[in-house]
Amino acid sequence: MKILIVDDFSTMRRIIKNLLRDLGFTNTSEADDGTTALPMLQSGSFDFLVTDWNMPGMTGIDLLRAVRADERLKNLPVLMVTAEAKRDQIIEAAQAGVNGYVVKPFTAQVLKEKIDKIFERVNG
Amino acid sequence: MEQNESSQGELESTLKDHANKLVDSLEHGNFAEAIQVIYELNQVRDRGLYQEVGKLTRELHNAIVNFQIDIHGKHAQEMSQINDATHRLNYVVEMTEKAANRTMDLVELSAPLVNGLSDEAQQLREEWGRFMRREINADGFRDLAKKVDSFLGRVDQDSSQLSSYLNDILLAQDFQDLTGQVIKRVTALVTEVESNLVKLVMMASHVDRFAGIEHDQAALKAEAEQQKVSSQGEGPQMHADKRDDVVSGQVDVDDLLSSLGF
Repeated sequence: MKILIVDDFSTMRRIIKNLLRDLGFTNTSEADDGTTALPMLQSGSFDFLVTDWNMPGMTGIDLLRAVRADERLKNLPVLMVTAEAKRDQIIEAAQAGVNGYVVKPFTAQVLKEKIDKIFERVNG
Repeated sequence: MEQNESSQGELESTLKDHANKLVDSLEHGNFAEAIQVIYELNQVRDRGLYQEVGKLTRELHNAIVNFQIDIHGKHAQEMSQINDATHRLNYVVEMTEKAANRTMDLVELSAPLVNGLSDEAQQLREEWGRFMRREINADGFRDLAKKVDSFLGRVDQDSSQLSSYLNDILLAQDFQDLTGQVIKRVTALVTEVESNLVKLVMMASHVDRFAGIEHDQAALKAEAEQQKVSSQGEGPQMHADKRDDVVSGQVDVDDLLSSLGF
């Protein structure tokens, strides 16, 4: 399972990477915004995308829309891990086709729960 | 401020007086006097306007002095407190990042030690169980005794290593004190700048009054609203528990998503 972690703060990428490793996902790559993430997704065979919302360059919501608009990527499971907490934004992300939404600050337990749920649905 | 109100009051009373005089003159067909009244009115208005612009200029100058910007200096930008505040906030970002990385370094160093101890303890426990069930012979026991001895040595060594890592993790949190002080200073500066700006806006509104300028508040507000694009992201929300448009935690998010059919 190959996972791409997108966040503009390296510490947050490191936290998510460590938590994912604890959950048994060791094959992870990192990108610091949507502009760098999109070509990585298009050329590498990623199975899962974890992205922040608020980033300079291309934001997470725009990255999500770009993924859903790409014929080869449109079925990629996407988990948003973000500080954005407005109801309108969560609805916006849901409409854009997000598979899970975790608000920061979050716990390892919540992250695990959401990831399990996403793969349960994808595989089921 | 009192001076402002008196000059405003003067404008109003002069306007009223002269308006009556103007109507009077016109009704009596005294056009020369009417023109004179209009001229006087203009003069009062102009004088007020000049006065207010003068005050505004002085106030602007004071504000610049208050912000401690040397407008004549070559390094005007570097001299400003705002610039200083920017540096200070960057320092906070650096400090917090460094502390986060240091903490994670130490956690990553500690995790293998804990895992190693736990793995070895589990293995020994199995062998110990075999010994208790008298399933091992004398050679096996000597082997087990050696293993226990080396394990005890490892526990001693690794736990003191772990304790020193934990101590370092504790020390890595010392940024809070320093960044807290910096942020408080910057907050005080922002509050001061805001109150100075509010004063300036008040002064400017007196000029508006003399000049008869009116701003379309609704249009200005609408323009500001339009510039807010939600997809840009807003960062963490404050007072989330007291607001209806913001979720206050993961439980709220899950409820909202399930209400959308997730």
